[in-house]
Amino acid sequence: MTILNDPVSAKLGNRQQLSYIASQAADARLNVELETEGMTLNIGPQHPATHGTLRIIARLDGEQVVWAEPSCGYMHRGYEKLTEVRTFPQVTSLINRIDWLGSFANEVPFILAAEKLMNVEAPPRAQWIRTILFELSRIANVSLFLGDLGVQMGAITPVFLAFRDREYVLNLIESATGGRFHPNFDRIGGLKDDLPAGWIDETKVVMKKLRNFCDEIETLLFGNEIFQSRTRGIGVIPRDVALQYGLSGANLRASGVDWDLRRDQTIPLAYDKVDFKVWTHPDGDSFARCWIRLQETREATKIVDQLLDGIPSGPVMAKVPKIIKVPEGEAWVSTENPLGEMGYYVVSRGDLGPFRVKIRSASFNNISITPWLLRGVYVPDIITILASLYFILGDIDR
Amino acid sequence: MHLQKPKGEVNQLSSPAETAAPIVDTARDAMVAAIRTTLGAAVVDTLVKPGDDIWVRVMTESWCASIQALKEAHAFDYFCFLSAIDWMPSPYGRGEDDPSEPAPVRDTAIRPGYTGGDTRMQMLVRLVNSVTHLGINIKADVPNDSFTIDSICTVFAGANWHEREAHEMFGIGFAGHPDLRNMYLPVDFEGYPMRKDFPLLARMVKPWPGIVDVEPLPGSGADEEKDGSSEEGAS
Repeated sequence: MTILNDPVSAKLGNRQQLSYIASQAADARLNVELETEGMTLNIGPQHPATHGTLRIIARLDGEQVVWAEPSCGYMHRGYEKLTEVRTFPQVTSLINRIDWLGSFANEVPFILAAEKLMNVEAPPRAQWIRTILFELSRIANVSLFLGDLGVQMGAITPVFLAFRDREYVLNLIESATGGRFHPNFDRIGGLKDDLPAGWIDETKVVMKKLRNFCDEIETLLFGNEIFQSRTRGIGVIPRDVALQYGLSGANLRASGVDWDLRRDQTIPLAYDKVDFKVWTHPDGDSFARCWIRLQETREATKIVDQLLDGIPSGPVMAKVPKIIKVPEGEAWVSTENPLGEMGYYVVSRGDLGPFRVKIRSASFNNISITPWLLRGVYVPDIITILASLYFILGDIDR
Repeated sequence: MHLQKPKGEVNQLSSPAETAAPIVDTARDAMVAAIRTTLGAAVVDTLVKPGDDIWVRVMTESWCASIQALKEAHAFDYFCFLSAIDWMPSPYGRGEDDPSEPAPVRDTAIRPGYTGGDTRMQMLVRLVNSVTHLGINIKADVPNDSFTIDSICTVFAGANWHEREAHEMFGIGFAGHPDLRNMYLPVDFEGYPMRKDFPLLARMVKPWPGIVDVEPLPGSGADEEKDGSSEEGAS
C-alpha cells in the first residue's frame, strides 16, 4: 500500500517531494549566501524540550543551523550489560525504566521473546489484559506528549489538561498493577494478577474522558494558527529517508508509510480481535507527526473499549516452572510501543538468565536522524522538530 | 497455579497444532532461496524458523555488499538495528562469585548461535521489507585479530549511530565510518564494556546481595538442620 498508487495520494506525494526539495535548497543556500561568523549554540542538557537530559550542540550561521549533533549518554545505565547478570524474571524490573512514561509496554516484547524461546503462550485472558494495559500505557505516554507539545510553542494550558487526564489513566494502571510508573506486572506465561473488581467499568468512564481530552487538544492546539504555522512544512522527513534511518511508530507513519506492528505481524496479543484504523499522513512534517499521535491516542481508547467488552474469562497465568530456565536459542520480538518499534533480540544458553539482550529502542533510531534533519532549519524550529519527533531519554540511552 | 511436573521437564503448553505438524513457511523459504541466488557465494549459512524469522550469515568480506544487494534486490529498505554479539561465555559467570574466595575457573570456549560462526565477535543486523513486513537477521563474523569490518553507513545512513555504539561497547572497528566518536562513554574510557571479559565492577567490589539474602527453599535438608540447631541453642 504505497501512497503513490492512487491519483490523490500521488499529488500529496509530490507535495512531500517538493517540500523536501525546498529543504534541500535551504541547505544549498547556506553555502552561497554571504557567510557570517559562525556561532555554536548549546541546548541542554537540561531543557524542557528534551524529556530528560539530551544535549544538542548546534553550529549556527545567522539564524540557521549549519550542523547539529545531539550528545547522548547523560543517562546511560548499561541495561544490556546488566541483563546478562540477571535472571529472566528479574529483567522486567530493569527494562521498565527504558521508556518511563509507558513502562508496561517495555515489558511486553521481552516477555514475549522469552515465551517464544520457551514455547509457552499466555492464556487468552492474560493476552487481553496485556493488550489493554499496553494501550493504557500508550495513552498515558502520548497524552503527556500532546500536552507538552503546547509548552514547546509557548502555550501553557494544554499541559495542565494533559496532566489532569493522564492521572486518571495512571490511577487505572496503579489499581490493576500496584505501580503508577513501573508496574513490573508481566510474567513469563501470563500476568502477576487478575484485574481488580470494578476496574472494567471504571476504565470505560476514563476512556470517555480521554476522548474528550483529545477533542479539547484538537480544537485548542491543532486548530491554533500559531501552532500550525510553527509546524506545517517544518522538519520534513521523506519516506525513504525515514526508512533508512529506521524511524518507527508515528514518525514513520507521518512520512506516509502504512505500517503498524500491531496490525502487520502475528503476535500473541489481542490486536487481531479488535477493529482499529492505522493513521498515516503524507506530509512528513512536524504537524503530521503530532497529528498522527493525536489520532492514535483516540484510536487506542477505542481499542481499549472493544477489548473490555470482549475480555474472556479463565486463568491469567500459564503453567510455568517456578525456576525458569529458558531453552537455548535466539529470538526477536518487537511491538508497536508508544514511541515506535521496540524490540528485544534475546540470546539464551539454556541458563537462568539471558546470554545477550540487544535492546532496540525506538527513540535511539528516531533521534539519530537529527543531524540530517536539523541542517538548514531556523533556531526556534529546533525545539518544535525535537518535540514532534518525541523521544524519551531513557529510551535513547538505555 | 504452579507446575506440578518433575523438575527439568520443559513445559509444552502451546497449542497441539504446533507440536503435531511442522509449519511450512513458504514465504520465508522462498525468500531464502531468492537471497541465495542473489548473494551467491557470499552466503555462508541460512536458517528459517517457520512462522518466526530468517537468519542469514554472510562472508566478512562481502558484508557491506551483501546488505546493499539485499536492500536493492529484495527491498529490505527498513533499517531496524545493528549490533554485535560476543560469543565468549563470561569468565565471571553471572557476577555472583564471592570476592573473598578464589575465583572459580569457567569454561570460556566459544560456541556460536544460529547459522554458526568461527570468530568470537559477530555482527548482527536486522532489516525489514517495509511493504511485505518480512524481516531478516543478517550475521557476519568479525575477524579475531583485527576486530574490524566494513561500515554500512553508505547503505543505511541510520547505521551511523549504531556502529558508533558497537564500536565503543564491543571495540569493533568500522572501516569507512565517518566519525567513530564515543556515544555514551567518556572520551578517555578504557575497555569495551559489552565484551564478556569486561567485568561488571559493581559486582566485583561488593558481593551480590542476592547471595546472602536467598532464603533456603522449604524442604531442603540444610535449612531444617539449621533451624533445629538454633532452636536447641535457644532452649
